[in-house]
Amino acid sequence: MNSEQQYLDLFTANRELIDRNSAVAMNALREQAFADFARLGFPTRKVERYKYTDVAEAFAPDYGVNLKRVEFAVNPYEAFRCDVPNLSTSLYFMLNDAFWEKALPSAALPPGVVVCSLRRAAQEFPEKVEACYGRLARTGKDALNALNTMLAQDGLFVYVPRGVAVERTIQVVNLLRSDVGLMVNRRVLVVLEEGAQARLLFCDHAMDDRDFLTTQIVEVFAGENSHLELYELEETHVKNRRFSNMYVDQQRDSVVSLYNFTLHNGLTRNRTDVTLSGEGAETNLYGGVIADKEQHVDNNTLIDHRVGRCTSRQLYKYVMDDRSTGAFAGRVLVRHGAQQTVSEERNANLCATPEARMYSQPMLEIYADDVKCSHGSTVGQMDEQALFYMRQRGISLDEARMLLKFAFAGEVIDAISLEALRDRLRHLVEKRFRGELSRCSGCRMCK
Amino acid sequence: MRENSNKDEKTRSGAEAGRIGTEEEKNRFVREMAQKKYEYGFTTDVQTEIIERGLNEDVVRLISAKKEEPEWLLEFRLKAFRYWLTQKQPSWGHLTLPEIDYQAISYYADPTKGMKKDGPKSLDEIDPELMKTFDKLGIPLEERLALSGTAVDAVMDSVSVKTTFKEKLSERGIIFCSISEAVREYPDLVRQYLGSVVPYRDNYFAALNSAVFSDGSFVYIPKGVRCPMELSTYFRINARNTGQFERTLIVCDDGGYVSYLEGCTAPMRDENQLHAAIVEIVVNENAEVKYSTVQNWYPGDAEGRGGVLNLVTKRGHLRGANSKLSWTQVETGSAITWKYPSCILTGDNSQAEFYSVAVTNNFQQADTGTKMIHIGRNTKSTIISKGISAGRSQNSYRGLVRVAPKADGARNYSSCDSLLLGSDCGAHTFPYMDVHNDTAIVEHEATTSKISEEQLFYCNQRGIPTEEAVGLIVNGYAKDVINKLPMEFAVEAQKLLNVSLEGTVG
Repeated sequence: MNSEQQYLDLFTANRELIDRNSAVAMNALREQAFADFARLGFPTRKVERYKYTDVAEAFAPDYGVNLKRVEFAVNPYEAFRCDVPNLSTSLYFMLNDAFWEKALPSAALPPGVVVCSLRRAAQEFPEKVEACYGRLARTGKDALNALNTMLAQDGLFVYVPRGVAVERTIQVVNLLRSDVGLMVNRRVLVVLEEGAQARLLFCDHAMDDRDFLTTQIVEVFAGENSHLELYELEETHVKNRRFSNMYVDQQRDSVVSLYNFTLHNGLTRNRTDVTLSGEGAETNLYGGVIADKEQHVDNNTLIDHRVGRCTSRQLYKYVMDDRSTGAFAGRVLVRHGAQQTVSEERNANLCATPEARMYSQPMLEIYADDVKCSHGSTVGQMDEQALFYMRQRGISLDEARMLLKFAFAGEVIDAISLEALRDRLRHLVEKRFRGELSRCSGCRMCK
Repeated sequence: MRENSNKDEKTRSGAEAGRIGTEEEKNRFVREMAQKKYEYGFTTDVQTEIIERGLNEDVVRLISAKKEEPEWLLEFRLKAFRYWLTQKQPSWGHLTLPEIDYQAISYYADPTKGMKKDGPKSLDEIDPELMKTFDKLGIPLEERLALSGTAVDAVMDSVSVKTTFKEKLSERGIIFCSISEAVREYPDLVRQYLGSVVPYRDNYFAALNSAVFSDGSFVYIPKGVRCPMELSTYFRINARNTGQFERTLIVCDDGGYVSYLEGCTAPMRDENQLHAAIVEIVVNENAEVKYSTVQNWYPGDAEGRGGVLNLVTKRGHLRGANSKLSWTQVETGSAITWKYPSCILTGDNSQAEFYSVAVTNNFQQADTGTKMIHIGRNTKSTIISKGISAGRSQNSYRGLVRVAPKADGARNYSSCDSLLLGSDCGAHTFPYMDVHNDTAIVEHEATTSKISEEQLFYCNQRGIPTEEAVGLIVNGYAKDVINKLPMEFAVEAQKLLNVSLEGTVG
């Protein structure tokens, strides 16, 4: 079956409806995105960057799409409290792809800071949105960008003006809620102006036991000397398929740290492209994956050192259980003239069962000579001696294995600068290893 | 590919060299030849039987007929050719391949002894560059002669040397001959193994080679025999002009051992041409094969014109338990190198090694590495790759380590380092690790850097000029690999590194 056709048909048939329920800035790119998607089609596994994930298969089923923007009857604030103890956050909700405006945090944000629906932002600050929307996520080369741009109607807009530091973490809970199989096309735009500072925490949850297909595009603009920490936590279920493309552009002396944890999922594909376009910029990518059953996690990164004196670090750790499949493909590109680049790339993987599969591909592409670049990758299993040592001391085999796995994943968790979140994640990971579903206490599903 | 026929120049009458008596005359002759090459290229006519350019089924039949091949081999060639027609030239390498016009190449050239028409002309002019190169390589004069295009006596010597070896070898039951000869003399063996490691459907260039391969060598080591000497294709390829599509088949039976050397160890200045070879190695139980290559085909000039397109498929199959295969390569030549000597570790406890130094300078491009496919139990593989890029060259390591679901206890260690000399070159690493087994341990590490200022300063301080210092440091860097080469090869490889990197500093 031709998977692309149903999306092309959907767009052609509902063009007017899509436009009406969206904003001008978003509508402006649709025509081109449609043409690009029709031309590209879904990438096959012969395309290097999609080698490990079958895209067409994931998009083949017929999902519902909420083009009419029908409001779903649920109060997420009541239904779901994603608590991080000892961490007070400005909490927002995204219900599927719509920003939940009925429950906003009581504490006000610093003046000038905007956290709102993208559609609204496009109406209120059209020049800001137009200057950024679709600038990084080009549709000409990536079919998923084209598809999302073609269909996305709403999303999240975060704006921090010049010199403003947002103390309180901005937490956004992405809830998937539907009574039928649903496709969600979410769009996130994060703009940090010169010297701005912010910390974002995105939590993905699915409330209903339905098939979900999420495409998400996150575009991050980090101005000169800005600081951004962005955490993504995925705790959905095995019926969720997530395709996320994140694009980051960093100006001079900016520091961006991206943390991505996949704790529970069905099929996840995260693409992260970071462009270092100003000297002295620093980027840190951390990824933690815990997968079991038939789960599939594919992290694909590209760090493009366009100018010199930039630093990039990548650390991805995978714990693969049961029949899960993990893939990591990281590419560091040091362009001609990008001297004094420092780049580290590390990927360590633990295969816990004979059926688990791991694909690792840490790549370096270097066109400048005064650089320090290294990458390392390992695939292995638990240290027999360490297990023996613990068993000698009366720790059961299961517990000993658990401890070792926990210590292995701990390296990524320790990189989190936010103490409360670190503790929370340790707790979640431990629960996850113990085979308990890592739901937050207080969540409707857990009660 | 354009000036394909020029290659035949290298084959000349044996009497020719004999005429040149004293060393000085030889020297002059070398200079003259060298100069000629650089200024005019090869233009001397040699009586060579070359079939019409172009590639079609008739050409394949003609090649087969000329070589008096049996019906099954013709069928093999035709099948390969038909498959090749359905394929497209791959483009996944990190290379800019010039368009290859397959119809502009002649696929069969049988050089016969030709008479040299014009003798040495001007004797006073020297090409200092080439002389320096020869000096550094320490190649004896006879070889200089041989290498500057009049390879006759050297080649003939080499052939006769080989023949003596042949007798010695056959005493132990070892077969070492050209593959055409093997097809005639040992058809059963060839038929059993040809295409068993690299099937004709393997890839585009393998299909092409399978259809038109001209010559190559065949080695068979019987059960329990250790080959008493190193086998080499050193001059044979030059002699027979089989450089384009050679095919090598090495079979090492239970408990056997052989060390095989391939390539030319000196600058053989060829024009831009296609070189698509296949090497197949079968290693049975408890057997061991060492395969060493020092590749120094013509890399093109400093502007990136010309040079050999080296598109080679090399693979070893470790069939038996406890078998061992080791690839060692020093790649300094070719405009484009696209080659991945690989190992399929089917036998339990089998071990594979890959040691590589790839040097690129000027506009050279190299995309090289290995594949280690672990299938048997407790298999072990080691990959040590050292890339050195200079000038405006691009040097890539591309490697795959695959651990099959049943390959319990597989172990791999890969290390690939890149050294950058100059700010316009590129060094890239594309490792792939596919692990389908939980007991496997796979490790990969890579670093990219340039020669540290401190090391250079240290050498300078002690009176070592920068260029020499770079040579020292590079040799030290490549030592892990060069140490794996047989003695004579190692010395030459080391010198070759210096030559290849000449002029990269300052």
